[in-house]
Amino acid sequence: MATLIASAVCGVIFGFGLIISEMAQPAKVLNFLDLFGRWDPSLAFVMAAALAVSGLGYVLTQRRGQPYFAPQGFWPTNNQIDAPLVVGSGLFGIGWGMIGLCPGPALVDLLTFSPKLIVFVIAMAAGMVLHDWWRTQTSVFPSAAAPSPADG
Amino acid sequence: MVTEFTPVSALIGGALIGLSAMLLMLLTGRVAGISGILAGTFAFAGGDRAWRMAFIAGLVVSPLIGTLLGLRLPDPFMPSSWALIVVAGLLVGFGTRLGGGCTSGHGVCGIARLSMRSIVATMIFMVTAMIVVFVGRHGLGV
Repeated sequence: MATLIASAVCGVIFGFGLIISEMAQPAKVLNFLDLFGRWDPSLAFVMAAALAVSGLGYVLTQRRGQPYFAPQGFWPTNNQIDAPLVVGSGLFGIGWGMIGLCPGPALVDLLTFSPKLIVFVIAMAAGMVLHDWWRTQTSVFPSAAAPSPADG
Repeated sequence: MVTEFTPVSALIGGALIGLSAMLLMLLTGRVAGISGILAGTFAFAGGDRAWRMAFIAGLVVSPLIGTLLGLRLPDPFMPSSWALIVVAGLLVGFGTRLGGGCTSGHGVCGIARLSMRSIVATMIFMVTAMIVVFVGRHGLGV
């Protein structure tokens, strides 16, 4: 139960962060990506602050060794820079650059009930399910035949 | 759509995103990667779905709670083309799963623990997205 409450609270805080930093506004993200247009560097400041605080969190977590509400941490163990990482990140980058939405902001914007946003989230979810199904069917990347715990 | 450079709200918002990642790590031992958390709520991933549902629910209702606290809510700017929206959604969903993370999982949590994998992933999706925006806005004249 403590885990569920903590997870929900973390979801709310994450959402507040996206709203306050205006990263839930795709135009702001696109203007960050547009180096040769009216460049808006805000996203870099969001990342810098997020990295500073979560980096501190990682150090504290390592020092403590065990999470408060769980027997052990679930840290990604994969350190390989492999084809799925490169191809997947490239595909994500293409989709991200087309609209300016990545998964977090898309979910935060869902309650605007904008039909376009809802369609985007359904397509995104379909892409995820399609991938996870495909990975159970294919041996193209045999190292991860079953969906592995994601890096994030 | 023109946007203003907003360093102060960017730093405050970013710190809150970092705080969320820190608390999730310290309390539950989980990585605050939105694509991984969301995908894990669907059937194919199996197991431990409850905390994922709780996190996603918190994220989705955060604008409602934000309204009560006086936060200004997003009015997302979306392109006119439905085809573009569907293709972009599919690419974001499929790509983040194949690459093992998105802006939060790789870009924040992964880089925070100095994972070379996440640093490489973040550079790839940032540069790719910048190229797409450049081609779309300056290359094709649209």
